[in-house]
Amino acid sequence: MTEAIIRAQQVEKFYAQPSENRIQVIAPTDLSIAPGEIVALLGPSGSGKSTLLRMLSGLSKPSGGKVFWHEKPIDTVQIHVSIVFQSFALFPWLTVLENVEAPLKAKGIEAEERRARSLKILDTVGLDGFAAAYPKELSGGMRQRVGFARALVVEPEVLFMDEPFSALDVLTAENLRSELLELWQKKTIPTQAIFIVTHNIEEAVLLADRIIVLGRNPGHVRTDFKVGLPQPRDRKSAAFTKLVDYIYTVLTRPDVTPDVPRLHTDGRHVRDQRQMRYEMLPHARPGGIAGLLEIIIDFSGHTDVYRLADELAFEIDDLLPIVDAAQLLGFLMVEEGDVSITPAGREYAESEILKQKELFRAAATEHVLLLRQINRALNNKTDHTVPEEFFLDMLDEQFSEEETQRQLETAINWGRYAELFDFDAARRRFILPETEETAASIQESSES
Amino acid sequence: MKVRYTLSRSLVIDRSWPFFLDLTVAMGLLAGFYAVLQIARYWLSGPVPEVVISQSPRMLPLYAFYSVVRIGVAYLLSLLFAVGYGYVAAYHRRVETLMIATLDILQSIPVLSFLPGVMLAMMSLIPSRQLGIEFGAILLIFTGQVWNMAFSFYTSLKSIPRELHEACTINRFSRWQRFWQLELPYSTIGLVWNSMVSVAGGWFFLMVCEMFPVGNRNFRLPGLGSYLQTAASTGNSLAMIYGLSTMIAIIVLTDQLIWRPIIDWSDKFKFENVEAAERVTSPVLAALRQSNVLGILHQRTFAPFSEYIYHLISRRQQRHEAEDKVEKSKMSSTVIAVIFAVLIAGLICFAAFKAILLLRHIPGSDFGNLLAGAGATFFRVNVSLLFAAAWTIPAGVAIGFNPKLARIAQPLAQIAASFPATALFPVILLALMKLGAGLGIGSIVLMMLGTQWYILFNVIAGAMAIPSDLREVARLFHFTSMQRWTTVILPGIFPFLITGLVTASGGAWNASIIAEYFHLKDQTLHTLGLGAQISAASDSGNFPVLLLATIIMALMVVTINRLVWRPLYKLAETKYRLEG
Repeated sequence: MTEAIIRAQQVEKFYAQPSENRIQVIAPTDLSIAPGEIVALLGPSGSGKSTLLRMLSGLSKPSGGKVFWHEKPIDTVQIHVSIVFQSFALFPWLTVLENVEAPLKAKGIEAEERRARSLKILDTVGLDGFAAAYPKELSGGMRQRVGFARALVVEPEVLFMDEPFSALDVLTAENLRSELLELWQKKTIPTQAIFIVTHNIEEAVLLADRIIVLGRNPGHVRTDFKVGLPQPRDRKSAAFTKLVDYIYTVLTRPDVTPDVPRLHTDGRHVRDQRQMRYEMLPHARPGGIAGLLEIIIDFSGHTDVYRLADELAFEIDDLLPIVDAAQLLGFLMVEEGDVSITPAGREYAESEILKQKELFRAAATEHVLLLRQINRALNNKTDHTVPEEFFLDMLDEQFSEEETQRQLETAINWGRYAELFDFDAARRRFILPETEETAASIQESSES
Repeated sequence: MKVRYTLSRSLVIDRSWPFFLDLTVAMGLLAGFYAVLQIARYWLSGPVPEVVISQSPRMLPLYAFYSVVRIGVAYLLSLLFAVGYGYVAAYHRRVETLMIATLDILQSIPVLSFLPGVMLAMMSLIPSRQLGIEFGAILLIFTGQVWNMAFSFYTSLKSIPRELHEACTINRFSRWQRFWQLELPYSTIGLVWNSMVSVAGGWFFLMVCEMFPVGNRNFRLPGLGSYLQTAASTGNSLAMIYGLSTMIAIIVLTDQLIWRPIIDWSDKFKFENVEAAERVTSPVLAALRQSNVLGILHQRTFAPFSEYIYHLISRRQQRHEAEDKVEKSKMSSTVIAVIFAVLIAGLICFAAFKAILLLRHIPGSDFGNLLAGAGATFFRVNVSLLFAAAWTIPAGVAIGFNPKLARIAQPLAQIAASFPATALFPVILLALMKLGAGLGIGSIVLMMLGTQWYILFNVIAGAMAIPSDLREVARLFHFTSMQRWTTVILPGIFPFLITGLVTASGGAWNASIIAEYFHLKDQTLHTLGLGAQISAASDSGNFPVLLLATIIMALMVVTINRLVWRPLYKLAETKYRLEG
């Protein structure tokens, strides 16, 4: 095992009382943060989550025990950490840029370099163009982006987060979470480890490689385990819900200590690509799916496949692939020839085009293994391109040669629509649609 | 990228008349330079303790200028002291309680009692220059305005949210950076409002301490206060009108040229993210923001200077971290601190002992008189508070509930409040005497004049803070007006009312020294009261009585604060708080 970046040895926190007895906040605890992991700290309120974070980050001195930074006592060396706060903790009288520059100013970095680094990190967190705004003028989500930028601009080795998403609404939080994961997985930021305090179980299971659950009176570690699920994680998968249930039980029943679910050996709960079969992609176009859903809504969301074909003067064989595709994506429910639209399908059909793409993207990566694999492969490769053959070989094992080609064609069709990837037909390669970003930035710099 | 950033918001605004604006700013800078030169020449001239005050209106601009400089210097000193005191008190737990208790008591001591002592001390300290007398006056104004500012800064520091502090610590902000980027901005709004109150208080005392007798000597400083006093004592009503108009002009100009731009500017330091219904706007600030000269001045001088400082500090910090922390220096510094503390404590004990020795010579009858006076003044202070509350509560609530009225009334009230009551004393006394009222009643009016504003402003703020849904409930259920007042309005404004009353009560005690004893047209009006006794003792140079009377007054104010106001305050903070 690699050497821990931060290691706490029997740290505890208590407040001395005038009378003999003292208030113990955290019982002596061992804990370490290793490079390459996202550690989530869960616990009921009053279990000392934040106190523990502050001791690990060197903000607060433990009442007993020691904290080591690369095996040296933390108060004797220079440490590279930052914190993202629940309340954002921005200075309202400084502009976004000045807020982000402040930590660099503290390091005595020259004005020119300070500005360049800050603008770059603002760009990374999606705040390009907001440099001169004051935090007051931004929404909560945007403010927390500034909080992230300020924490990341010093290129911390360990990034601490104290309930960073709990002051935000659900959708904004979800969005920021996935962006953070993206930065982390693509190694856009040089951060070695992330330590996040949260009270949201799903958030912990979504993000973390390792989860620590605290109990209270006084704070102590109830359980500390690794999350074996691959990213991106699916909230609806059995393994995910099993983990959530397990943590929920630990949190609500202080008297029992259930076993950590054994996800690795149980193939059903883990999405192991090698063991899974590709679903047969119905050869339908995304536009057709949207059209079908709109028609079904006109039938007040529920109808019979044959009546539908009749009504549209469609051959049933032409209609079925579209119905199957909609069903695969979770937009339709089909039962004995009756189709009814799902809430997700209704939302998709009624959204405007950009939102539709977004929903399609979510549904496609959620339900279509092939698309998920292509996307993952592209994200993991440094040059963000993957040759077509790579997937042809894998599909070959399951489909005939002709069908393999058609499967890939449909996948390309869907993936392009969802803007998951692009396909270079000349070189027969999948590429990540990164070009769009650079195009936008070129346009911007030419404007200024 | 770079180009876009440098187009910061202020420059994007369409600039009209840039040349004219720059010229104005440049002229302002030149004028400032000349003024400094003028003041320096006057201060360094030989001392003339009994300046003859001319009553010609032509001398008024110069007199007004001298007074303004006194106020300005005293204010700057106060600001520096307040920030230093507040900072030390907030961050040194060992001395914190002592320092705050000291502040509490110093706030209750009648400043004017120190007038003769301070003047004589300053005269003997700098005997050969006018600076000595000037400095005495400035010091007195300073002691009148510094305490509330220090307290405001201290409470601001104490209420900085923990996470902001942590953000500074985790990023290893130096003290310097923390001060400029967190502490000072966070406390700016409180400091600004307290500065306004303090400067108004400064004018109040300036009117008195520019001209006063100590024993057989008569101190006079050329200034607006001495001009008004001379006019009053000779009964020259034309000169009085000139003087009062000048005073009004100064107040209005200060409001427009200094306070409004500052309030407008300080809006960015608001920590809460609540949208202000209406904010003070200032054309002067807008003009300054568009000025080229100031922008360049900032870029050429301030910005590089601050860069230099940050650079220096970070280098020093790095060196500090490179060396291992030396425990020895810490030890020796605590030893020095202890020695220092013991020395100061010894000095204080010695001085206090000497002061008590002074009191030995006071005859018992004087003591009885002082107690009777204290009773009379106590009565007067409370009557004045009662009267002030009687009109300010309905008026304040009316203004607070009616945004339209507030827009007109508030700036007017602010100007009225900044107007030093002491400047009006002679006028009002003359009018009262024509009506046949003596100083006994007159002094109540005078006390009210100085202190009613504190109550008014707080009541307005309180009425504005009552949530509109509470008022809607009252309307919905058709509350009678009696019910409205007792269940909604009075409980709603209670915390604010208490704050106003505490301040007003302190102010009234202090004002009693002037209000109960007055020189008017070659005669000295006075009535029974502790304030009058202090004034008389200081006039005749009777220091033991002066000391005793001052102690009695301070004790009374502190006792009333502890026994009456503090419990009420606690009640206001617990039961009548309006936040969920």
